[in-house]
Amino acid sequence: MNYKALTAIAVALALPLSAHADADDDTLVLNEEETLVTKTAAPAHLSDVMDEVMSGWHFRSDETQALQMDDFENPAMVFVDKAMDAWETAEGSEGKSCSSCHDEVDESMAGVRAVYPKWNETAGEVRTLATQINDCRENQMGAEPWKYTGGKMTAMEALISVQSRGMPVNVAIDGPAQSTWEQGKEMYYARTGQLELSCANCHEDSYGLMIRADHLSQGQINGFPTYRLKNAKLNNVHARFKGCVRDTRAETYKPGSSEFVALELYVASRGNGLAVEGPSVRN
Amino acid sequence: MKRLSLTLAMCLTGSVTLAAEVAPKDVQFDEDGGVAVSLSGVPGDAASGAIIAGTKSQGNCVACHQLSALADVPFQGEIGPSLDGAGDRWNEAELRGLMANAKMTFEGTMMPAFYKVEGFIRPGDGYTGKAPTEALTPILTAQQIEDVVAFIATLKEE
Ligand code: HEC
Ligand code: HEC
Repeated sequence: MNYKALTAIAVALALPLSAHADADDDTLVLNEEETLVTKTAAPAHLSDVMDEVMSGWHFRSDETQALQMDDFENPAMVFVDKAMDAWETAEGSEGKSCSSCHDEVDESMAGVRAVYPKWNETAGEVRTLATQINDCRENQMGAEPWKYTGGKMTAMEALISVQSRGMPVNVAIDGPAQSTWEQGKEMYYARTGQLELSCANCHEDSYGLMIRADHLSQGQINGFPTYRLKNAKLNNVHARFKGCVRDTRAETYKPGSSEFVALELYVASRGNGLAVEGPSVRN
Repeated sequence: MKRLSLTLAMCLTGSVTLAAEVAPKDVQFDEDGGVAVSLSGVPGDAASGAIIAGTKSQGNCVACHQLSALADVPFQGEIGPSLDGAGDRWNEAELRGLMANAKMTFEGTMMPAFYKVEGFIRPGDGYTGKAPTEALTPILTAQQIEDVVAFIATLKEE
């Protein structure tokens, strides 16, 4: 590397380092009652790359933030209501609904979102919430699986997430889940596509900075599913991954694929300790 | 007038462009990452380069860099250093190398290589998210690179 290259790096370093603190210092108080943990010490497995993990909420405008602080304002809540109906509705050859097996959603599903993706011993694989929901539909209800990124699926994910709101994300990365986690980690740092950009380039090295009109966050998923003002619907994790991979001019993976499941486990683990926020509101 | 005559020159030399063009795989980088030889064999047009640098579907340099010369382009990014004065910091060969493949100058940089067609992990068909059906083309053509180089070379410290 030549002298000028070094100078340019010095310029680059001198300028925006402080911008890494560019997340705001607001406090997420839900319905004027419950304060959610939106910044916390990075989990041990990240401690060599960052000190603090932060919710994407801190990188959004005050207006967008406010929408998430009040359930009457949160546009995602109508979908939660719809999923409540679906929870009680029998479908499929077995004539069962979710409630036939799981009774009251607020009891049976409390804490579930916080630990997914999770190793399933019987199936011998790591499952996302959506994979598990479709497994129940197909094998317990005898019903058609829902489209992985479709409206019915994201609504049900939102209903289940609400039951864990405020609890710390706590996905297991050791034991039988470890090899899947390693796979996801490798994907996170792989520089894909013709732009040769990794998740880490944008969400670890550059969070707090502007990339064109977008304020880069840490790409955390504790807020999923997310209502995006941009497309006016709920979006689940794999839909977001697909968009980010596409933006590197790469061939994406399919939502629900084993690759995206692995990536989800890894990204979820980067947010261990942050409060479950879903359904959140983003731009 | 200057721009007109440049465009005219481009038309006149258009027929030899192909012969003089350096293919992405044949670009010769020197040890500091510079590229001495013009990629198209045709002088760059700074005015065209300014448009390429500020247009999302083309160079989109403003996604990551601030450029006061493109003040009319909103939402300039801050991933890389401001390009103001870059024409003083780098000569033409160095700028050409930075455009063609900045990783030859800055090891591991986040800046994409704009004149490169192989060696990618899961490259797609543009921004479709699908696998490519044809051989990849570079993000910018040889002439677009020369135009951007000519434009950046005009960015002097006041
Ligand atoms: C070229 C830059 C870039 C790359 C590479 C990239 N992203 Fe993103 N990502 C963005 C932008 C811009 C946003 C929207 C603003 C924000 O929340 O950071 C975003 C948002 C997200 C979000 C939503 C965060 C929230 O709070 O709602 C997640 C999750 C995410 N990215 C994950 C990933 C993963 C995983 C990868 C790698 C497969 C990746 N991103 C690669 C630019 C990128
Ligand atoms: C995805 C981000 C990104 C994009 C897009 C990008 N760059 Fe860069 N660029 C960088 C970074 C980061 C550096 C700093 C080098 C380093 O340390 O990695 C840089 C460095 C440079 C430098 C040398 C720095 C100086 O001012 O002395 C020039 C010149 C430059 N870029 C020009 C361009 C041009 C022209 C384009 C578009 C054709 C472009 N860049 C697109 C990220 C980017």
